[in-house]
Amino acid sequence: MTTENRAVNEPYVLNIGPQHPSTHGVFRLRVVMDGEVIRDLDMIIGYLHRSMEKLAEERTYTQNIPFTDRADYLAAMSNNLGLCLAVERLAGVEVPERASYLRVIFAELQRIASHAMANGTLVSDAGAWQTPLLYMFREREKILDLFEMTCGARLTTNYMRIGGVAFDPPPEFWPALQELLDEMPTRIDEYASLVQDSEIFLARTRNVGVISAADAINASLVGPALRGSGVPWDLRKAEPYCVYDRMEFDVPVGRHGDVYDRFMVRLEETRQSVRIIKQAVAQIPDGPHKTDIPLALRPPVGEVYGRVEGPRGELGFYLVSDGTPAPYRFHIRAPSLINLSLLREMAVGVSLPDAVVALGSLDIVVGDIDR
Amino acid sequence: MPAGPRQLTGHRVGERLGAALPGIVTRMTDEWVEVSPERVQEALRWLRDSPEFDAAQLSNLTGVDRYTYFELVYHLQSLDLNHQVVVKAMVSDHEAPSLPSAYPVYKGALLQEREVYDLMGIRFADHPDLRRLLLWEGFPGHPLRKDFLGMAAGRTSGLPRFPNEDPADRDREMNAGNLTSQEMPREAGGYGSSMASGGH
Repeated sequence: MTTENRAVNEPYVLNIGPQHPSTHGVFRLRVVMDGEVIRDLDMIIGYLHRSMEKLAEERTYTQNIPFTDRADYLAAMSNNLGLCLAVERLAGVEVPERASYLRVIFAELQRIASHAMANGTLVSDAGAWQTPLLYMFREREKILDLFEMTCGARLTTNYMRIGGVAFDPPPEFWPALQELLDEMPTRIDEYASLVQDSEIFLARTRNVGVISAADAINASLVGPALRGSGVPWDLRKAEPYCVYDRMEFDVPVGRHGDVYDRFMVRLEETRQSVRIIKQAVAQIPDGPHKTDIPLALRPPVGEVYGRVEGPRGELGFYLVSDGTPAPYRFHIRAPSLINLSLLREMAVGVSLPDAVVALGSLDIVVGDIDR
Repeated sequence: MPAGPRQLTGHRVGERLGAALPGIVTRMTDEWVEVSPERVQEALRWLRDSPEFDAAQLSNLTGVDRYTYFELVYHLQSLDLNHQVVVKAMVSDHEAPSLPSAYPVYKGALLQEREVYDLMGIRFADHPDLRRLLLWEGFPGHPLRKDFLGMAAGRTSGLPRFPNEDPADRDREMNAGNLTSQEMPREAGGYGSSMASGGH
């Protein structure tokens, strides 16, 4: 027996997190390492569990909207929208046309902000510490300013209502939005030029964390994680809600299913979002921005599975009504959690830095995982 | 009924499924098809592999506590044909509910079944890694069960839970539930000690 062999063969356990920049929140990985190579991985979650599904059973449907802000706190608008659409279908509530357009505008602004965060932190994980992230935060700030202008909040917006949206945007909103839309395409090119041809970034992301299309489908992956593997599946096209059927946009897909493809899919999606918002601004009609519904809305006995394409993919709300004002069952199908189904398979056998980048490319939000 | 715009009716799915696997379908409605719980894995595999339904993805898996039984809900979808199929299984043993895992058919069930086990206490046979997901090992009870503490808290406070609450609703719920906050198990090794010993 030589000392060399012994050093190679002794695995050790490494704890990453719960407080660690690469885990993007309070999320812990327990990794068994053999040198630089991962032999086993276990994720330990629940640090942010607030038992939303249980709490929701004691509250009315409207009172549950703020919970959705806090589930995926980087995409509050999309989460609001998912719940409101599900309840509207359950209770048969009509939404004014202007509200549907406003919802599309805000959901797409949220997608840009969320993808900026996802791509920015991914580049950080890959070693370009903070600088590109702050570039991407520049436009995110402007989007959050627009949210603040409209509903007074930047992160937990609580903006959508059952039957419409809470407020019509103020007059100063529209020029500010127009200005943002005009400069966005050049800004996105700027982000792209910062990283997409950088040799270091390519070396860190190409052929890393590869997911085949068949695996991605079978493991219930959704959103950019699924599209990065070359599956053109987007609920905005497959099952159009609001007014997405009137919008022209493309669904970008990757080819190899690696980290780089998922990055590029998100980048391209922000371009498509700008396109959608421009069309929505041009088409938006005048009129009321919400229908009045009873405060204690009583949907008929039944159940609904409503879903939207959030920035992280299919965000579903499974609601069961027993005819009372509070839902009998309130389940959030959280894309961040289910996208982690393949994490162990992606990480075992690769080096630790590659696993960190692979995790970053899945774009997890711990509030969404734990709920 | 508010079925999804691309959702196939339970009758259509159930008739084909019942013809292929006799005796597996126990009930069909406009929205879903109900299969016998011990054969749920077989039903999912058939739906996944059949060219007619091509249910390639398990999009959502969850459970509902109906007081006397548990209802498992599987939302399947075909990405190529763009439709949804809803499968349900009713597990009648409310004390120790158990049914086969969907993991051998869909890898996407891995974490979703762990969540259902954690929060509702439903066991999935042949799941490769059935541990608690969000709560720590040793947590007393399964919070999403209707008889868990949380529902009792609102009732005992004596305040209405929402405007214009109908007292009849509350009576109905109270009669259906059976635990109050006083009856909540608080044996040694409950909240405090397991947190102090490091949780997970």
